[in-house]
Amino acid sequence: MTSTDQQSFLSVRDLKVHFSTEDGIVKAVDGLSFDVAKGKTLGIVGESGSGKSVTNLTILGLHDRARTAIDGEILLDGKELLTASERELERLRGNKMAMIFQDALASLSPYHTIGKQIGETYRKHTGASKKEARARAVEMLKRVGIPQPDVRVDDYPHQFSGGMRQRAMIAMALVCDPELLIADEPTTALDVTVQAQIMDLLKDLQQEFGTAIVFITHDLGVIADIADDVLVMYGGRCVERGTKKEVLRSPQHPYTLGLMNSMPSLDGPVDVPLSPIPGSPPSLLNPPSGCRFHPRCTFAEKVAGGFCSTEQPALEVVAGRGSACHLTPDQRREFFADFAVARHN
Amino acid sequence: MFRFLVRRVLGALVILLIISAVTFFLFYAIPRDPARMACGKVCDDQLLAQVRQNLGIADPMPVQYWHWLQGIFVGRDYTGVGHCDAPCLGYSFTNSEPVFGTIMDRFPTTLSLAFGAAFFFLIVGIGAGMVAAVKQGKALDKIASSFSLLGSSMQIYFVGYIAMFFLVQQAGILSQPSYTPFTENPGAWVSGLLLPWIVLSIIFTANYTRMTRSQLVEQLSEDYVRTARAKGLSRRSVFFRFAWRGAMGPIVTIFGIDMGTLIGGAIITESTFSLQGIGTLAVRAVTDSDLPMLLGVTVVAAAGIVFANIIVDAVYALIDPRIRLA
Amino acid sequence: MSNANPLLDVSGLTKHFPIRGGFPIRRTVGAVQAVDGLDFSVAEGESLGLVGESGCGKSTTGRLITRLLEPTGGKVSYRGQDITHAGRKELAPIRSEIQMIFQDPYASLNPRQTVGKIIAGPMEINDINPAGGREKRVRELLEIVGLNPEHYNRFPHEFSGGQRQRIGVARALALEPKLIVADEPVSALDVSIQAQVVNLLQQVQKDLGIAFVFIAHDLAIVRHFSQRVAVMYLGKIVEIADRDDLYGNPRHPYTRALLSAVPEATADDVPARERILLKGDVPSPINPPSGCRFRTRCWKATDKCASEAPPLVQVEGNKPGHLTACHYPETEGTVPAPRLSKDPQAAV
Repeated sequence: MTSTDQQSFLSVRDLKVHFSTEDGIVKAVDGLSFDVAKGKTLGIVGESGSGKSVTNLTILGLHDRARTAIDGEILLDGKELLTASERELERLRGNKMAMIFQDALASLSPYHTIGKQIGETYRKHTGASKKEARARAVEMLKRVGIPQPDVRVDDYPHQFSGGMRQRAMIAMALVCDPELLIADEPTTALDVTVQAQIMDLLKDLQQEFGTAIVFITHDLGVIADIADDVLVMYGGRCVERGTKKEVLRSPQHPYTLGLMNSMPSLDGPVDVPLSPIPGSPPSLLNPPSGCRFHPRCTFAEKVAGGFCSTEQPALEVVAGRGSACHLTPDQRREFFADFAVARHN
Repeated sequence: MFRFLVRRVLGALVILLIISAVTFFLFYAIPRDPARMACGKVCDDQLLAQVRQNLGIADPMPVQYWHWLQGIFVGRDYTGVGHCDAPCLGYSFTNSEPVFGTIMDRFPTTLSLAFGAAFFFLIVGIGAGMVAAVKQGKALDKIASSFSLLGSSMQIYFVGYIAMFFLVQQAGILSQPSYTPFTENPGAWVSGLLLPWIVLSIIFTANYTRMTRSQLVEQLSEDYVRTARAKGLSRRSVFFRFAWRGAMGPIVTIFGIDMGTLIGGAIITESTFSLQGIGTLAVRAVTDSDLPMLLGVTVVAAAGIVFANIIVDAVYALIDPRIRLA
Repeated sequence: MSNANPLLDVSGLTKHFPIRGGFPIRRTVGAVQAVDGLDFSVAEGESLGLVGESGCGKSTTGRLITRLLEPTGGKVSYRGQDITHAGRKELAPIRSEIQMIFQDPYASLNPRQTVGKIIAGPMEINDINPAGGREKRVRELLEIVGLNPEHYNRFPHEFSGGQRQRIGVARALALEPKLIVADEPVSALDVSIQAQVVNLLQQVQKDLGIAFVFIAHDLAIVRHFSQRVAVMYLGKIVEIADRDDLYGNPRHPYTRALLSAVPEATADDVPARERILLKGDVPSPINPPSGCRFRTRCWKATDKCASEAPPLVQVEGNKPGHLTACHYPETEGTVPAPRLSKDPQAAV
């Protein structure tokens, strides 16, 4: 797929995650492929119902197995995860692959001290003693920039501020020096100045340990700040991928373009209305036919033959760059030209 | 924690003071001769005069109440009867003995009954709830849930007599309910109370099964449980160390609230099985119009419930650090 | 922008939430100084943006203006009438002119009422009977906010998040208000939906001449929506100015740091603004720093900042109406701010 195929640390191949609910089958992820190399960050962009969070829970094997049907491959360092036993997965989780969640207050146990929660992961995977685990927890808190780590290690999560809790969560995820870190909207609940601190921290830690990071967010600004490669998800499918530069500089899918245009910037014009994407994100219970974005797409009628509502556009990837849209390259150049002018004059 | 306890105990004393005052004034405010009532059903003129003098009926009511309160701390002298040692909750003229002594004689029976039953329903109820939560939606879950519904629609006197008839009289599996002090003979203590325990716990078990199940199901869907799994902890340790811990708080709280119901249930159970506890004492005090006894039982029962609730709150604070610091 | 007869005038507005504690008898032992001496005004038809990070007091301010909270001190006047401590009766005629839009489009609509009933609610409470009946008015409102008037009898759960927020807007418009306080009206919505609601609000503001107090943490959205913007930090306004002055020429170090932290969706390797990383956390509003409240995180702080609270004034070089509360305001122009060391701890 990408040029970095041979050194890809995490490979997801044609992943399909469908789960049954009382109302029917939800096709949360419907044919998704991507690779992440060591020391690189893949940014996954998507809104609610895009399937981005389900993808990540599936990688860790934390989906509800009884209700979920999964197809495809997930290779971590060459090892197939979908067929791995629960015991094998437990050995990998928190050790080789770790996850940071969005809401740190809800994601940390209110009943245990921060130090205990960090140390617990360490003890589970290294068999360290309680004393060693505590020392390690203090070391980790220090590394993520918590002041007075030897004191704060005995605090409970509710005694931490929002930013500190997210730092503690990162410390917990990194305590066993994982090679893959999945961060699911880790800064969404934080204020911008704290967000800046956290992203800075993640970048530093990645540089130090060469961690592969999958960073999920709905914020293209955050993507611009942290990602090397970008994957845009919509309705459980990948609609566009490429390097950060490629995607942000010349988006090839109307959805990506729409996202960028709908966001106000700090120096754009203010007296013109924003250009929102009409409609709402699709229901994955009953997704639109053909291209899942077509009911909201302003270009759908420009496609000759009206394929958008009948045929799912293929995602053709050349050297890691690709998009799934029925528009011809010429059409895109023509329709998306305004964007290039507005953004990069 | 210390401050918390001190504050709660002070609060509890105020509550008890209010309860005793309200009960006191209620009893003595009824438009009948309180001395006549305190004297009990078997009463003659001489006794009535004595009662009248001893209760200080001539004094205004607050003074009477003050004397009663004083008795708790320093004891009280009753003419023609003798001295009632502190803590003196009054003197039962019907029984011709101090109220406190009688209550203390009966208390172990009720305590044994209540706590023994609590032990049963907590173990069985919570255990079944845990099984149901783990096997969510599966057959075992449905069985546990159905039994809990069945149990909650039972009544003590009904189940009690049925059980007596079949288990004791017909099959002879269990012995006739009776109370033997634990210190005297633990074996007899258990065998004598086993049937009342089971019967009393049936109505509670159901509640705890349902609550444990719903609490655990809720906790298992919490984000921090997912985090714990993402750390590599096994399903089992996540269940016991995280979800279970979270579910315990509400269960303990409900247990505190149930204390009152439990005492009430013990009273019915005692009369069903003719055990000589506080419950039967209270029932007899009512039928005999033994006012001092009734007041004493009310205050002691209230004290038991109030202090049990303090313990429950303290346990909650131990479980949940967020409460501790608030 | 502020004229002699503003629609809303706020001076010295203060809200302290008491903290109960003590032993063995509980009493008031301190206060969360959520809002501490705010001065600002809103002209008719104007939109004032309130930005700041969580805990800065911006939402409390919104609730004080609408009198959902009782101010501890200061004064709130609406059209020259003091409403700071006005009772229910005095407030009644004003309540219909000041409306609020809430953040959570799920929690702020009663799930058991039809959309028609929800939107007609304010009219019922205030016993207002528009010409042609309430139902006709509700249908008009649905049309104004871009919903199908035929959806009159539907329930909130049949609508998406963005549509629910439109219902919230329609309800706020029902009494033809003159001032709307919008508390994070789009932050709970998907990115692709936010722009829809922002456009709707902007259209409402222009077409109906409604003044807004727009409370949000998203600096880009506030910039887009508000003609004037106030930046809050720990219960105080640190800077207030016309939009272009505030974003183009921030004079308060905090404003500058805040703006620099906003990640922009550009593909360039070098960001437009050099990022200033603030050290540490926002201090507790229970015991805020003496003098300038930002000083504990400011790279310019001196002893003066600790002893003297800087007044909110037009510092040298500011245009009229651009007020900054800082002893050492940033230099003019959009040159990159003084760069902090990368390690936030080392920058003390």
